[in-house]
Amino acid sequence: MNWHVVFDNLALFLWGDGTRTTGLLLTVELFITSLGLGLVMAIPLSLLRVSSNPLLRTPVWLFTYLFRGTPLLVQIYIIYFGLAEISWIRSSWAWTYLREAYICAWLAIGLNTAAYTIEILAGCIQKTFHGEIEAARAMGMSRWTQMRHIILPGAMRRAIPAYSNEVVLTLHCTALASSITLLDLAGVGRSISMRYASPYEAYIAALVLYAVFTGLVFLLFRLAESKWLAYLRPRSTHP
Amino acid sequence: MTRQPGMAAKVNDMSKLQVNDLHKRYGQHEVLKGVSLTANAGDVITLIGSSGSGKSTFLRCLNLLEQPQSGEIIWDGTPIAMKRTRDGSLQARDARQLQRLRTQLSMVFQSFNLWAHLSVLENVIAAPMRVQKLSRAEATEKALHYLNKVQMDPARFAHSYPSQLSGGQQQRVAIARALAVEPEMILLDEPTSALDPELVGEVLTVIQNLASEGRTMIMVTHEMSFAREVSSQVIFLHQGRIEEQGAPATLFRSPASERLKAFLGTSLRSPEPFATPENKPFVSSI
Repeated sequence: MNWHVVFDNLALFLWGDGTRTTGLLLTVELFITSLGLGLVMAIPLSLLRVSSNPLLRTPVWLFTYLFRGTPLLVQIYIIYFGLAEISWIRSSWAWTYLREAYICAWLAIGLNTAAYTIEILAGCIQKTFHGEIEAARAMGMSRWTQMRHIILPGAMRRAIPAYSNEVVLTLHCTALASSITLLDLAGVGRSISMRYASPYEAYIAALVLYAVFTGLVFLLFRLAESKWLAYLRPRSTHP
Repeated sequence: MTRQPGMAAKVNDMSKLQVNDLHKRYGQHEVLKGVSLTANAGDVITLIGSSGSGKSTFLRCLNLLEQPQSGEIIWDGTPIAMKRTRDGSLQARDARQLQRLRTQLSMVFQSFNLWAHLSVLENVIAAPMRVQKLSRAEATEKALHYLNKVQMDPARFAHSYPSQLSGGQQQRVAIARALAVEPEMILLDEPTSALDPELVGEVLTVIQNLASEGRTMIMVTHEMSFAREVSSQVIFLHQGRIEEQGAPATLFRSPASERLKAFLGTSLRSPEPFATPENKPFVSSI
């Protein structure tokens, strides 16, 4: 066992080499920005997803179908390698961003988690107890008010357990970013394992760091559930 | 405690709510075949009838939770403007008028329909804040008042969630929620039918207190002795038509139609007559 391989490169595993962000810090950065993109997209799009108007509903359905129906690795390749083939994209302002591997990974992972989150949230919206909507109507709430104050807050709370799964999967999906030159945690693991020919130590180190961070995410969700899902607790816990 | 039938009608001879010839159909099945009703301020009108007679549907048409096929709803002398939808039913033409109607005509449901993710207090302040645009402080002040009125001590229950309450407690919160918009009339759709028998009394007591305050109510109920006690008018529906209506004393003592006789014959044999507040622990301080 050559654990010094890991300890000598600990900075690379954790945050960077002085010139760029690598390792756990890059993974966390990609994870948080992708989740942010996914969530910001999912809230409005899930409302369109449950719309009774097919013109609003169908494009969102198509989006979630495409991103859930194809492998994330292929999506990353298409955005990173594929877009570069299109000349008008290369000559547009967007190219300054799209040529960055980080932006491509962020876009692919963000859109992917958006697609899954839309479906989770849309499912919870549709499962709202009809009596709650009826009461909101009977109290004179407009459709927008019903959505904003009754349906969405309830659905988002009920979505937390399923969403926690999606979040952890997204964290693990960020490892695919290493396939397009990024030195995230998985990327550092591979780089070190190849440089020192000691795959066991390098990948174990990466796994441990993933597991520790996942544990932290689980803990955050446990706290979120106890705060926002308190209303689902059975009566017996009440004094 | 009990008001005399028709007493309030003389106080205000302009009707609060008038419904003319309401028809409602689900597909080919006609549930309401022309039902009319006039409610004056202070009236307590009870709708009785066997299940399937259309009484709940009728109640739900009054605030347009259900859309009738034809008929007229006149609130405070002004007809609710209607337009015909593609499926042939009538829909409110003016969203603002409908919203106004619904806050002046609030509703209590059989299955309580509290908003599960909101605490007791938040349930009660939601409509005053989001519909009537009161400030949180004003809405909370009202909420505390009405929670006290329905015997749900805010100090104990304000921050509980509906799932932590018994059915009777949930229904009393739902009544406080309906009162908090300060409606001119309350619709109650079988408010005690989903309750365990031992919890029925506490809810009926609250409703009876509202009746004796002179609040205008239209209620669908299976509690015949309670209907007899609080109503100023009883309407017996049978297969989508009004079979018989009148003051409870005459209607229950000497029903004219065979159908009402048969109906009362089965309903009045219910084991527990409504207990008045005097012999119940829930004596209200109102």
